[in-house]
Amino acid sequence: MNRNLVQRLGFGLLSTVAFLTVLPILLILGYIITQGAPAISWEFITAMPYGGMRSGGIWPAIVGTFYLTVGTAIFSVPLGVAAAIYLSEYAADNTLTRIIRLAIINLSGIPSVVYGLFGLGLFVFFLKFGTSILSASLTLSIMTLPVIISTSEEALRAVPQAFRTVSISVGATRWQTIRRIVLPEALPGIITGIILGLNRAAGETAPILFTGAAFFLPRLPGSPFDATMALPYHLFVISTQIPEMPFQIQYGTALVLITFVLTMNMLANFIRSRARARRQW
Amino acid sequence: MEKDLSLGEFIITRLIKASGYSAIVFVTLIFYFLLREGLPTLGEVELGNLFSTRWYPIESYYGILPLISGSLIVTIGAAMVAIPFGVGTAIFIAEIAPRWAREILKPLVELLGGLPSVVLGFLGILVLAPNLRILLDLPTGLTALAGSLLLGAISIPTVVSVAEDALDSVPRSYRDAALALGATRWQTIWRVTLPAARSGVLTAIMLGVGRAIGETMTVMMVTGNAPVLATSLASLFSPVRTMTATIAAEMGEVASGSVHYHTLFFIGMVLFIISLIVNVTASSVVFRQKKRAERVLS
Repeated sequence: MNRNLVQRLGFGLLSTVAFLTVLPILLILGYIITQGAPAISWEFITAMPYGGMRSGGIWPAIVGTFYLTVGTAIFSVPLGVAAAIYLSEYAADNTLTRIIRLAIINLSGIPSVVYGLFGLGLFVFFLKFGTSILSASLTLSIMTLPVIISTSEEALRAVPQAFRTVSISVGATRWQTIRRIVLPEALPGIITGIILGLNRAAGETAPILFTGAAFFLPRLPGSPFDATMALPYHLFVISTQIPEMPFQIQYGTALVLITFVLTMNMLANFIRSRARARRQW
Repeated sequence: MEKDLSLGEFIITRLIKASGYSAIVFVTLIFYFLLREGLPTLGEVELGNLFSTRWYPIESYYGILPLISGSLIVTIGAAMVAIPFGVGTAIFIAEIAPRWAREILKPLVELLGGLPSVVLGFLGILVLAPNLRILLDLPTGLTALAGSLLLGAISIPTVVSVAEDALDSVPRSYRDAALALGATRWQTIWRVTLPAARSGVLTAIMLGVGRAIGETMTVMMVTGNAPVLATSLASLFSPVRTMTATIAAEMGEVASGSVHYHTLFFIGMVLFIISLIVNVTASSVVFRQKKRAERVLS
């Protein structure tokens, strides 16, 4: 067979494959938007659910997801960024560092439901935090950690070595160099990583299933030791656990969830690309 | 003043170092708690029972084989979706696509990676499963096949991004040399670039499959949750139940410290060990690849 013909067939095949890969993504988004949009109203967003959750809104689930995301950020951001600073600025190239990297890779690969088991064992029972926002946030933080560490480290490493050399040579200490020179330069990249990590946490269901998620609450949680409703878990509940659930509420909830997640993703991408465009080195 | 500064710096440096080790601490803690709650199973459930084909905890049947086979069949199905589509898309993006197509494709694939798995499960129940039922004339659409298709979709972003990185890191000069010798672009991709990126592409597949084994919500929602031993690929068309789904579905209802509770942790331990093996193998492949590349290029 003519090799140019082979090439044309091959390219045709691969472009079809790529097209078939992204087509479902567009269909999924389009379908959820068209099916869910009619459900969206001020009441749907801000009202409590009632009538066995078949009527009313999803306000407590939205608030719950917000609390869990903030809780996750409180634990995972300082720890993750500090770990990234260690790996990029302090760690020597030795066996210990390799073990740390291996541990991070493994953390990122552990199935989310196993994080749920761990959270149940450590936070809910062993530390007696109970099924609570605190236990769920801590569980989500550990799951989010590898994302924040690896993206922040990448951002820190992208800062040219010369910046550090100059800063040290004019008499700054190592920490002053990191705080005043390296961190500000790497900040957009770090923020992008944080948003991506928290975004993943906000969309997760399995880790909070037995550590902090509530099926239904008549009121908003009042303290970190209360359980909470959450958007992804709520979508799971209303699509599998409640018979004769109106489709509109289900699609509306899915739409609110993906709007939240996709907006955060776009924000992260926007910060990253703006920082790249502005970079002078 | 000078002293304060150095004391502050001392403390900060210590804190940063301690945080650096945190990943090791957490992996160890996770493994410890899984062992602590999971190992008692071996004393409470006879091995013959544990490795039998019947999972029915209410009557003390704790056979995990149906769950392992369920995970296996759904994962094999997912791999059959994710490998051709993931690797194909990666090759297209890295080697063939014009710039504008790349700018559209990459964010879209990333977007798929960002979709919460519960959303895909939800669409699986309402859209995919009913259509599969009608299309294939099955008694129910909630089957291993539905799980495989969605898990394949979930694994694709991982496969695409790792495989694309691997293709990108093949030195430009390899391609130039092949083209200069008169090879077509297709021949260059097929005979030069892809073989050179082989281990990276294998890593991509492995990480994608690893993701599929660990996925929970989607499979729990769409695979029908029947703990029946899957013996052949024909089981793709019947309901199954995976290890992850079993934990997620049953953990909420068991008493802490019961045999059932310990067995669910035991299953979690098995999942942890699988993900450990997958990730250690994948990262050692990457490591070896990097070393070889350094040797070749120096």
